[in-house]
Amino acid sequence: MAVPIPFGQYVALDSPVHRIDARVKIVVTAAFAAALFAVSGWTGLAIAATVVVATVGLSRVPFGLAARGLKPIAWLLAFTIAINALFPAQRTEALFQLGKLAVDAAGLKTGLFFGVRILLLVLGSSLVTLTTSPVALTDGLAQLMRPLGRMRFPVDDAATMMSIALRFMPTTAEEAERIVVAQTARGARFDVGGPITRAKAWIPVLVPLFVRLFRRADELAIAMEARCYRGEGRTRLRQPVMRATDWAVLASGVAFAACVAILL
Amino acid sequence: MALALTDVTFDYTLGRTRVVRALAGVTVSVEPGELVVVVGATGSGKTTLMKLAAGLLKPTTGQVTVDGKFPSAGKGTSGVGLVFQDAESQLFADTLLDDVAFGPRNQGLSIDEAQRRAAIALGEVGLPAEEFGDRSPFSLSGGEARRAAIAGVIAMQPAYLLADEPTSGLDARGRRTVRELLLAQRERAGVVVVTHAAEEFLAHADRLVVLGEGSVTWAGAGSVAVANPRALVDAGLTLPDVLEAQMLAAERGASLASYTLDPVAAAESLAAAARGEG
Repeated sequence: MAVPIPFGQYVALDSPVHRIDARVKIVVTAAFAAALFAVSGWTGLAIAATVVVATVGLSRVPFGLAARGLKPIAWLLAFTIAINALFPAQRTEALFQLGKLAVDAAGLKTGLFFGVRILLLVLGSSLVTLTTSPVALTDGLAQLMRPLGRMRFPVDDAATMMSIALRFMPTTAEEAERIVVAQTARGARFDVGGPITRAKAWIPVLVPLFVRLFRRADELAIAMEARCYRGEGRTRLRQPVMRATDWAVLASGVAFAACVAILL
Repeated sequence: MALALTDVTFDYTLGRTRVVRALAGVTVSVEPGELVVVVGATGSGKTTLMKLAAGLLKPTTGQVTVDGKFPSAGKGTSGVGLVFQDAESQLFADTLLDDVAFGPRNQGLSIDEAQRRAAIALGEVGLPAEEFGDRSPFSLSGGEARRAAIAGVIAMQPAYLLADEPTSGLDARGRRTVRELLLAQRERAGVVVVTHAAEEFLAHADRLVVLGEGSVTWAGAGSVAVANPRALVDAGLTLPDVLEAQMLAAERGASLASYTLDPVAAAESLAAAARGEG
């Protein structure tokens, strides 16, 4: 196949991390993300990194697989480090020259700090999708959004929308792959040329893909309405129940994130 | 001179470890001017066979050659054109002319030459460039879009044209148009058609290949296939209704001079047999 299109990350395993309620994982991850942004020193980042690595180990997800999520942000990491190192807010000691530009010592340190922060943020968030099935994740998000209903936010519609979006991801990926193969057969190349050429090469894939997605969405909406979908007042087949372990993880996770954010 | 798949095996890897054998030891070839029809049930490996022949997949074992050369697998082969099932989903450009010219442009032709070829191809599929060239591909009907997709492949002037279920989802008129269009391509290319609907192409087939669970269960000349319907049934093929009716009548004692795919000739043959004239 010409270009594989990765979609969906859930790794179905039986581990303590997999068994935690999806809502707990979402809330703790949000707290962890907030803590990462509040941390101002390397000690805080080192502790956060230890927690992430330990959680990956506990989840039994192979580390290589978890780290695969970092690949798409490699450019962002490189850009963050380069910008800070080459154009620091305040110039200090120049470590070495890169052409006409000097790599600043303090700038490089700041860039690395931001880089590690992004890296931990992505790795931590990936753990949620790696250890939670898409359906459980959507259900968890819908449950967490429920209070917004009081502000007339269409929680049920949003939950259905998210659920359908997730369920259609594999189909969309298959469709994208089919179009990639079809365009490859017509001589399209996705792996040659510079970044702009490569980006342009995807136009023949994205245009028909989006056209099909819009058509499918339209057909699905009509089919759902034909089956009396009204959005509001829907009940759930599976009612998620918080166990003692879930409460314990929630409390300790949020408390830990708060401590790291405040103290470090 | 031939597009040849020799003793080809292909395995799909599902997940990390699970391997599914899609094709096992398949040998098929087509020469310029020939029509080879490949039939088989869903999951028999027909589409995989097409992708291998077009150089879009690399065989696990065995070899694919185009006129004696080994194409670089995984990137397609300019000498082999493939019309995909649901081909209209590959249309994307602002105008039909640009879309059909996409393949020739990828072959390195100038814009003018690519558009000239595109205009000719559109004319061949019954969508004249003067009328349809500036239209959006998304404004076409299902049948028109399918023909436009075929034009996109014809414009690349492949020596071998492969079509995967080219008539699926079309109405009777659309199916006939597409069939005639593909049959006409034999003048300058070897044509391979993969289909569920054997009756649509069998009468014109130089050779028939029946696939079953990834293996060739029957292969032979089209005329031999029509003359031996029981052998096709034994190979797992669901016969065209007209052929099945004759076979069942013959097996119940009707004396038929020969088997035919033409409904009128079949009716006359059966009527003659009923009158005891067979």
